[in-house]
Amino acid sequence: MVIYGVGLLAFCFLVGQFIGESLGRFLGIEANVGGVGFSMILLMICTDGLQKRGLLPVPTEQGILFWSTMYIPIIIAMSATQNVFAAFSQGFMALLVGILPTLLLFLCIPVIIKLLSK
Amino acid sequence: MEILPKLLSVNALIVAFLVVAVVTWISSVISVKILKGRVPGAAIAIIAGLILAFFGGKWTGGNKGISDVSGLAGFALLGSGMLRDFAVVATAMGSSLNEMKKTGWIGAISLLMGVFISFFPAVIIAFAFGYRDAVSLTTIGAGACTFIVGPVTGAAIGADSSVIAISIAAGVFKSVFVTIFTAPLAKFIGLNNPQAAMAYGGLMGTTSGVTAGLAATDPKLVPYGAMTSTFATGVGCLLCPSICFFMVKFIFGQ
Repeated sequence: MVIYGVGLLAFCFLVGQFIGESLGRFLGIEANVGGVGFSMILLMICTDGLQKRGLLPVPTEQGILFWSTMYIPIIIAMSATQNVFAAFSQGFMALLVGILPTLLLFLCIPVIIKLLSK
Repeated sequence: MEILPKLLSVNALIVAFLVVAVVTWISSVISVKILKGRVPGAAIAIIAGLILAFFGGKWTGGNKGISDVSGLAGFALLGSGMLRDFAVVATAMGSSLNEMKKTGWIGAISLLMGVFISFFPAVIIAFAFGYRDAVSLTTIGAGACTFIVGPVTGAAIGADSSVIAISIAAGVFKSVFVTIFTAPLAKFIGLNNPQAAMAYGGLMGTTSGVTAGLAATDPKLVPYGAMTSTFATGVGCLLCPSICFFMVKFIFGQ
């Protein structure tokens, strides 16, 4: 059933968020540290394990795949709710601070990839 | 004539589904017919979203973009952090745990590099614009990490609210910049495989920018970038008010 897939996804999501929040608390900061990352690892382990035992029928899988394909529409909605106007009204310095270091970061990607291939 | 406004506000999430579907459809037509596929439809739709957000904020004076326009409140739920993270986690299915293990240490290095390479250039820019106190410099530097790291750092070290506003704005600009320029830059920086996506996610840090940018580049790369970027805000919130702040204090005094 589709809801089993959605339920499995929800389970992994909540456990991961809990780990992320706990890690943040443990480190003494008001932020979730890697919640989504832990959820993703958990989901990969769960679906992989279930698949190997033949316990992941197509409808269950579709419950997860639906949300994965809804990802881009959700991102579009998210973009439309960013505080873009306020960002522009903060002036030129905010723009430079947002963009110049980011350009540097883009340039670092090939460097890291080179590191990686060694 | 009161039926429509009521209908829209009671069914806000459904309205958002419809509007996003229409925006996506128009964007894909523009992508295929006018731009001959040179810019992916998803990228155009995301940029359209940002433009809508700009006008939403301008018309309503609110801080949640288009969702402050009456009848479009459903965007706040559809585009919420909750649904975004839920969908991002779902994209992990079918991606390879082995790929991620292989790049684990690169992810960690890119996270650290991401914070420092965002922070210090931003501090220099703030200095050039006349800021001299360590608290303001640090808060603005933190804003260059993500739009959450800025206010969290500012609150932790007692920054002025106007400086915090600048740090949030800088973070939003970063997110917008990453969203728009990832796809066109991807070719030149070799962003076409899971390892590169993990390095990219850790470096950029901004989860909204990274996930939107990769969605416009190659949806298959989304889980890898999301995996590392989800740690970035935490790492930034950890380093900026502590090590980075001490370094700024050491360099600039007070």
